[in-house]
Amino acid sequence: MAKNFDIPTPKKRLLSLQMDPKKFEPATDAEKRQQDVMAESTTFFRDGMRRLMQNPLAVMSMVILLLVILMMIFAPLFVPYGYEEMITVNGVRDPAAANLAPFHYSALEQQYMDQGGKIFPHIMGTDELSRDYFIRVVYGTRVSFLVGVFASLMVLIIGVLYGAISGYAGGRVDLWMMRIVDIIYSLPDLLIIILLAVVFKESLDFSQIPIFANLGTNMVSMFIVFGLLYWVGMARLVRGQILTIKENEYVLAAKSIGASAKRIIQKHIIPNIISVIIIMTAQEIPAAIFTESYLSFIGLGVALPMPSLGSLANAARSGMQSYPWKLVFPSVMIILIVLAFNLIGDALRDAFDPKLRK
Amino acid sequence: MADYEYLVEVNDLQMHFPVKTGFFKKTPLKAVDGVSFNIKPGETLGLVGESGCGKTTVGRTLLHLYEPTGGTFKFKGEEVTSKNIGRLRKEMQMVFQDPYSSLNPRMTVEDIIGEPLDVHHLYESKEDRREQVLHLMELVGLNAEHATRYAHEFSGGQRQRIGIARALAVHPSFIVCDEPVSALDVSIQAQVINMFEELQEKLGVTYLFIAHDLLVVHHISDRIAVMYLGRIVEIADADELNENPIHPYTLSLLSAVCVPDPIKAKANKRIILEGDVPSPLNMPSGCPFRTRCRYATEQCAQEAPSLTDRGNGHMVACWNK
Repeated sequence: MAKNFDIPTPKKRLLSLQMDPKKFEPATDAEKRQQDVMAESTTFFRDGMRRLMQNPLAVMSMVILLLVILMMIFAPLFVPYGYEEMITVNGVRDPAAANLAPFHYSALEQQYMDQGGKIFPHIMGTDELSRDYFIRVVYGTRVSFLVGVFASLMVLIIGVLYGAISGYAGGRVDLWMMRIVDIIYSLPDLLIIILLAVVFKESLDFSQIPIFANLGTNMVSMFIVFGLLYWVGMARLVRGQILTIKENEYVLAAKSIGASAKRIIQKHIIPNIISVIIIMTAQEIPAAIFTESYLSFIGLGVALPMPSLGSLANAARSGMQSYPWKLVFPSVMIILIVLAFNLIGDALRDAFDPKLRK
Repeated sequence: MADYEYLVEVNDLQMHFPVKTGFFKKTPLKAVDGVSFNIKPGETLGLVGESGCGKTTVGRTLLHLYEPTGGTFKFKGEEVTSKNIGRLRKEMQMVFQDPYSSLNPRMTVEDIIGEPLDVHHLYESKEDRREQVLHLMELVGLNAEHATRYAHEFSGGQRQRIGIARALAVHPSFIVCDEPVSALDVSIQAQVINMFEELQEKLGVTYLFIAHDLLVVHHISDRIAVMYLGRIVEIADADELNENPIHPYTLSLLSAVCVPDPIKAKANKRIILEGDVPSPLNMPSGCPFRTRCRYATEQCAQEAPSLTDRGNGHMVACWNK
């Protein structure tokens, strides 16, 4: 019996799976060459970026973010109004220019333009103190954006370092470091933020330090508040990830090869947790923007007259029925930024996780 | 060239893990408790035993992935310590059990196989590294075009081949194979095992082959050691052990092996052990096997038997057989 399987019988049998070579065409040279084509050798990063660029949502989000950033940087250069300056027409303050609708002009301005003068249009109208609303939204975006990015950077640095040490060291070090995290975690967020913000507002003075002086004590203390409070989530996440990855046999394999701890962390652990860290950071930015706006609302955020998106939206609540656009513009700005960061975070995860590749 | 008879000499190897058993109490878990064996160059020693008996721990302790609690391990006549292990890792390698978790999902095959070359600086240029990697891939039967792929794109058998190529990259003379086939399908097992044999013929490597499947071990090994609860209970030539097992534990293991011939299989009497394996935290006094052994006597409870030669290098640790 066994022999029959080795020697192919030329006779065709019914219901057998024997194939007739005559039914097949020989492959052409071009087809053969197709089989030789190897996927081009790419690095992990380049491969991920290529896939990121194939995601239309991600590209759109990046374009939107880029436009927002460009607007933040360049709008104050060509809009002739200041964020804290009342509208003056020909050297005369114009109190009647308050609460204008977008692209409307006050009587004084209209008169001036009829005489041949030039007035830069109020793209988003004006606020109740007759300040140009567009420039206030631009500055508000600047503040919110900076707070969001700096806060998540602080969270990233503190959280990743703390979590990595705790997870990699393990044992007693891990135990104590995580108990500290538990304590911070169990404190109510809002209470601590308010307490810290009050304390920093009273005790810190950054006006001597050149970089911080421009930002204002208030904003710097806000970075510190976020950094001190929100790193615990990141630290827990990173520690958990490292604990799982440490147990994988490929880490053991690297050890048996003789790889140093530095190499193991760089080549085996970080690449496997980087996507989680990136997504967490991308999500931290909108969270920080939200927190910043409620702090601004209760008067602990950025000091007036410096606007932030949150304080603009809150100020607009009072006149919501008469001047709805004053709520719409800062809200749309917040939505755009938050949505863009979230979509980019998702796309980054999809692009850098090989298990999700098709 | 060398002044050693055995490539690997293990003497009274012990590996105890401290386990918390109470608030302040720590009891040592004796995963490996006094294991001794020797392996000649080019030979394969099979190590069998049931789950949790310490086989894997023996392999990992040899490579200093765990710091041994006691005993000595000589490699090429030189004692291995935590000081010279860095250099000796070029000569000793390991193939891991689970082909799914032993390869980093973020690295391409080329980087996985090339990692030992990176660590030990074994190439002059990038082309040289690539060439070496491709040669290794060819050696284990992988296509060159697979080099740029990630590990998750391969089947279990192929992944295990990648793991083997990684172990071979530094041209080791000794490889610990930690259940390299137990996670694979039977048909793939045969392929991989035959490849291990071919590689041994071509490269002259020495294996410590850990497995729980006696048939597989018998196929590939020159000698077989049987472990029970952290100790070796019997060690003999593969055929000798198969035909003339002495220790009651080996007997019961062999009776559980599937025999392809149904007539022979009927003649085989299955020896079923009673009871469970005792916890290594709470080992029985004397011989560890006595709680399940039908020949156990008073002497077994008093004193642990040591390995004694029963002729032809067939060593057994038993008082009664």
